[in-house]
Amino acid sequence: MLAKRIIPCLDVKDGQTVKGTHFVNLRQAGDPVELGKAYSEQGADELVFLDITASHEGRKTFADMVTRVAAELTIPFTVGGGISALSDVDRLLNAGADKVSVNSAALRRPELIGEIVSHFGSQVCVCAIDARLEADGRWMCYLNGGRMPTDRTLQDWAYEAQERGAGEILFTSMNHDGAKTGFANDALRQLADRLSIPVIASGGAGSMEHFRDAFVQGHADAALAASVFHFGEIRIPELKAYLSKEHIAVRQ
Amino acid sequence: MKIAIVKYNAGNIYSVVNALKRLGVDPVLTDDAEQLRTADRVLFPGQGEARQAMTYLQATGLDRVICDLRQPVLGICIGQQLMCRHSEEGDTDCLGIFPVDVKRFRPQQHEFKVPHMGWNQLEATDGFIRDAVPSGSFVYFVHSFYVPVCEFTAATCDYILPFSAALQKDNFYATQFHPEKSGKVGEQILRRFLEIEQD
Repeated sequence: MLAKRIIPCLDVKDGQTVKGTHFVNLRQAGDPVELGKAYSEQGADELVFLDITASHEGRKTFADMVTRVAAELTIPFTVGGGISALSDVDRLLNAGADKVSVNSAALRRPELIGEIVSHFGSQVCVCAIDARLEADGRWMCYLNGGRMPTDRTLQDWAYEAQERGAGEILFTSMNHDGAKTGFANDALRQLADRLSIPVIASGGAGSMEHFRDAFVQGHADAALAASVFHFGEIRIPELKAYLSKEHIAVRQ
Repeated sequence: MKIAIVKYNAGNIYSVVNALKRLGVDPVLTDDAEQLRTADRVLFPGQGEARQAMTYLQATGLDRVICDLRQPVLGICIGQQLMCRHSEEGDTDCLGIFPVDVKRFRPQQHEFKVPHMGWNQLEATDGFIRDAVPSGSFVYFVHSFYVPVCEFTAATCDYILPFSAALQKDNFYATQFHPEKSGKVGEQILRRFLEIEQD
């Protein structure tokens, strides 16, 4: 049976992960390669590395990090953050990433998705969407890490991204992100039931039950989280044992 | 041991190179017929579209070179599909090493998304897969087309319907999944392929 995927997300700045405190046995706690391997050995199904560096030099450092991660990691990984042109995608895939996630640049210029897909295939293109439930009850897409509102709705943009060839949708609820009160299950279910490509839930994980709810109520194909893993609040082997007990197919 | 990877117009072979290096072998990426013929093992990986890949293989003569190889050859993902007789992708005649036709997934229920992407289980393992890992092992798939179960099936996987997760015939081996991205299970399968005794 196709397993629901558990995906830790690592923020990377100047080639070092910025969170990650509970892997005390690591020689370098901030080393993305060591942290990635540790998660892989715990049973993570995939990893996401997000480049939060702004500078040009930082981008080069990030590509070097991708090369090192690709040499060591035996599971698939996605890289994202600041990808705005086909040349960025080419550089990161050549460094060994399996997938790239595009966010603001694709929302600003949707043709970017088609360009990536026609050069490298749908399977490499993850469309990341940051959206917020507004007072009027509509989920609206945001740019620049949630700082700039747009007039596109979540449903509308996710569907367009699929039609342009994106291979997966990574939906982060700005309302739920960091709150640790669970994922945006109603919006997730609407997305997952409408789309024919996988949907990754992001934002809101605080307990093991929240992951179950994202799969059972939200119909998500995968769930992504950062701090609950980085700070050791939830350990992946225990999470998977719990989900399995709840009759959710996971890789163990 | 000399390991050659077929160089052609299908993408993402770096992960295969990396996986082999982790196993302690240093593969050569080549489209040179003599290098491919004299290698101890040949890998035929890649992601791409069947018609474009076959057009390239025919134009370069690599199609005949691959079919005539005598050492153990491992096709991965699109490599497995290209080693079959025909693919629905682009209505393409393929290499014909495995006498079976590649079909497109046609989901009947919305829960079945295409591509089949993620970790799924190997069942009914046989041949080199049975020698490497237990039935029920999880491996990583990304594909929209599949090889039906046939007499050369070395493992099945169930998604929408049971299909061939791996094939084996004479010196030709193939996997629909990505052993190079399948954690320890994938490493065991690649290691087993490298260890196969040659007749």
